[in-house]
Amino acid sequence: MASLNLLVFVCLGYVAVLFLVAFGAERAAMRGQAAWLRSPMVYTLSLSIYCTAWTFYGAVGYAARSGMEYLTIYIGPSLMMIGWFWAVRKLVRIGRSQNITSIADLISSRYGKSTLLGVLVTGLAVVGTTPYIALQLQSVTLSVASFSVADATVRPLDDQNSTALWVAVGLAFFTVLFGTRNLDANERHHGVVMAIAVEAVVKLFALLAVGVFVVWGIGGGIGATMDRIDASSLGDWQVQPDRWMALSALSAAAFLCLPRMFQVLVVENEDERHLRTAAWAFPLYLLAMSLFVVPIAVVGLDLMPAGTNPDLFVLSVPLAEGRNGLALLSFLGGFSSATSMVIVASIALSTMVSNHIVMPIWLSRQQAGAMVSGDVRNIVILSRRFSIVGVLALGYLYYRISGGSTALAAIGLISFSGVAQFLPALIGGIFWRGANRVGALAGLVTGGLVWLWCLFLPSFGPDVVIPAGTMAEGPFGMGWLKPYALFGIPGLDPLVHGVFWSLSLNALVFVTASVFTFPTPLERLQGAQFVNVFDHTAPTRGWSGGMAQSEDLMIMAQRILGATEAQDLFRRAALDQGLEGYLPEPTPAFLLQLERELAGSVGAATAHAMIAQITGGANISVEDLLAVADETAQIMEHSSQLEAKSAELTRTARQLRTANEKLTALSVQKDAFLSQISHELRTPMTSIRAFSEILRDAEDLEGEAKAKYAGIIHGEAIRLTRLLDDLLDLSVLENGQVRMNIAPGRLSDFLDHAVAATGADRGKLRLHREGREDTVLVTDGDRLAQVFINLIANAQKYCDAPEPTLTIGARAVDGLLMIDFVDNGTGVAPDQQDMIFEKFARVGEQQAGGAGLGLAICREIMARLGGSITYLPGQQGAAFRVTLPLRDAMAAQ
Amino acid sequence: MSDLRNRLFLGRGSYRQRRLADAARLMPILGGVLLMLPLLWPRQGIGEASEVPPTSSAMIYIFGVWVALVLASLYLSHNLDPTETEARGDDDPSRGG
Repeated sequence: MASLNLLVFVCLGYVAVLFLVAFGAERAAMRGQAAWLRSPMVYTLSLSIYCTAWTFYGAVGYAARSGMEYLTIYIGPSLMMIGWFWAVRKLVRIGRSQNITSIADLISSRYGKSTLLGVLVTGLAVVGTTPYIALQLQSVTLSVASFSVADATVRPLDDQNSTALWVAVGLAFFTVLFGTRNLDANERHHGVVMAIAVEAVVKLFALLAVGVFVVWGIGGGIGATMDRIDASSLGDWQVQPDRWMALSALSAAAFLCLPRMFQVLVVENEDERHLRTAAWAFPLYLLAMSLFVVPIAVVGLDLMPAGTNPDLFVLSVPLAEGRNGLALLSFLGGFSSATSMVIVASIALSTMVSNHIVMPIWLSRQQAGAMVSGDVRNIVILSRRFSIVGVLALGYLYYRISGGSTALAAIGLISFSGVAQFLPALIGGIFWRGANRVGALAGLVTGGLVWLWCLFLPSFGPDVVIPAGTMAEGPFGMGWLKPYALFGIPGLDPLVHGVFWSLSLNALVFVTASVFTFPTPLERLQGAQFVNVFDHTAPTRGWSGGMAQSEDLMIMAQRILGATEAQDLFRRAALDQGLEGYLPEPTPAFLLQLERELAGSVGAATAHAMIAQITGGANISVEDLLAVADETAQIMEHSSQLEAKSAELTRTARQLRTANEKLTALSVQKDAFLSQISHELRTPMTSIRAFSEILRDAEDLEGEAKAKYAGIIHGEAIRLTRLLDDLLDLSVLENGQVRMNIAPGRLSDFLDHAVAATGADRGKLRLHREGREDTVLVTDGDRLAQVFINLIANAQKYCDAPEPTLTIGARAVDGLLMIDFVDNGTGVAPDQQDMIFEKFARVGEQQAGGAGLGLAICREIMARLGGSITYLPGQQGAAFRVTLPLRDAMAAQ
Repeated sequence: MSDLRNRLFLGRGSYRQRRLADAARLMPILGGVLLMLPLLWPRQGIGEASEVPPTSSAMIYIFGVWVALVLASLYLSHNLDPTETEARGDDDPSRGG
């Protein structure tokens, strides 16, 4: 007999292998060696989370109870995949073009990025998925228990709840570890997908092995098994047509609507072409999974004593035959079916909960809106982790309350019919432009309520939630509201009844409300983009820019995407617009691109709300509405072109104005410099003249006084020289006559030199140094150190924080070495940021001395060294980034 | 690509692609009909007891249809070139909103 200890040991070993697989896949993906992770076969196998423990154990039980009807659960999804050209392909394309993160995101995004719809879908999904998770916990518990019954050496488990609890805790741990590892821009989890693919193989292999054993090992071949089937109680064709059709349709709907299926089918899809493989391979997989179900059921009914739970025949038949190895394999198959479902379902739900419930609440609680400092990503990831734990806790709770008594298949079907309520809004959303938000909301609420009343609440059993009297007579004696006989039509199978009424009322209300209400412009825009996703190559514009402050956008983007990614995005956008630095013009195209990027992390509705907070609301231009209305009246076309031209003119005018302001400011500065320089030159000159006159004319001067006056003259002369040196230095640099002493050196040495020269290691300023300072550079060390000295000295002079701190961070990106100098003062005001590198520029009427040549010299030096120095906006205080090419350094060595 | 979409006649390659896409769309409908067909059979309690087909025949029929659908889907998805069909904006342009 396989001992229980062995079972636990095998389980732990299996889980350890899964961890390794997931970990390895994550590592490979991070190193960019993910080509094999993206194979169409892995995609197809990952779809197999459709087959849960319900399928693995429950299908046999289902067949033992109702014959061939279990096939409907597989026929629906098979037809859906065979018909991929209709819906699945469109969903995947929409998912990719709109950066969709979940089914709630899709529906909310389609209907005008509605937060309310997102919340509703999320809520229904959580309610619908909880029983399903409970079901998985129950199946693992039952299978462990059936082993312990067979094992005479241990006493029977009195407390099955502890098994379920430990499984739930273990799964929560795994999911948190691999499901919330990073906040991907596109929500893909290589590790999890790979682990699921492996589990798909395990469960298929296990079920086939049991099937082969039953047919050839016990049944005596195909012919003999077929005879045995015909002779059994399942031998006659006994399918009920209404259930057959309703269940096929229901499972097809669930295939699209289940949050976990949507996750693997759309969100984790790497490449649309993978669908072409999945279109035939997934139906084949389902075929293989269902092939041996009836033989196992029939043999189980024959062999096992009456009263044995047919849900566990897959396990108990091999056990009864003494095939412990096979039983163990079969146990692993069921275990992997349960775990993979729970992992993906909780990832999908946690994404939905955090994007559509937690984030909107968090955003609305932040009075200052999206402008607060700090990293939002931590909050998103934290809320996902809590959601995962919460979802699993709910599943465990449902398991405890329902007592694990109901047959597996019944619970699964209740779940299916719950999520199938998304279908009208989903299909209507991608095929019918007339579908609108009010319709979707009304339909979902109607369908959800009917489902709750007719299917979900009665599923707890009589008198648990709904009293038996109400079940028989209707609430308050209203007979037409009886949960199993709505509108006084009795005699239908309860499931068919519930599915029929909930889905048809849902669809009816959805269509009626859509027809009689009017959508907002944003809904119409999104509707056009979703329905005509194959036509739209260029995205339609949704934002009218100009109001938004690029710097505010950058602060927000940094908090969601991460500093490096956001800076990279902004720099590329600025480059595309032909601008330098990190702040692109907030054009509609840029805003749209930014919104898509953000949507990949926090969902469409939240991303839209965040940008709206900064830009002050979405404006849809005439051009957009034209695209929606699809009317090509010449005059409207003309006015839209005029509008576009005027917008462009406004932008150009603004740029010209900026340039003009800069020129005026420069001229003012030059004047100021001239008076400044004459002042700077005159003051020392005056004292030199005065004291030299004293020295010349006064004859009875003490030696001491003489020395003092000579000292003053000397000091003033040095000041003059320094000023002239700076001017000379700058003009030499500008004329390109300077000679550089290029030699290899360590970055840390240059920094050390600069710190020592400025005395920054002893003064009030606190220094933080981090990053890759050991980098070897081939450059002019003295000149580079001069730049560093200038930046550190500036921080010493201008940083006005009570505890001034300067952070120096170095890192290498794309062959560039970036050294950031960030202090914690007030920074440079936005209108002065592009002036500070000009000659003679000084921020404000500062008390600190100097002719305002330092940064101008720095800029010239960096240009000579092949790098650059820029002001980095959107940081805590003043921030300068020194950039040096690394590749040149390598080549020079 | 609107000019392409509005063209009345296509070259042989594009024509073949369009018909394959039609077939891919019809495939689930055909499969649905074939798999609902057993509902018309006499069954336990309805019809002559001797005419009720045994479960083994039902299994052979259903799994046979299933395998045929898989093979058809394999053929279609192998020969369909999504970029080709896309160029003409293949979806029914239901003009609403």
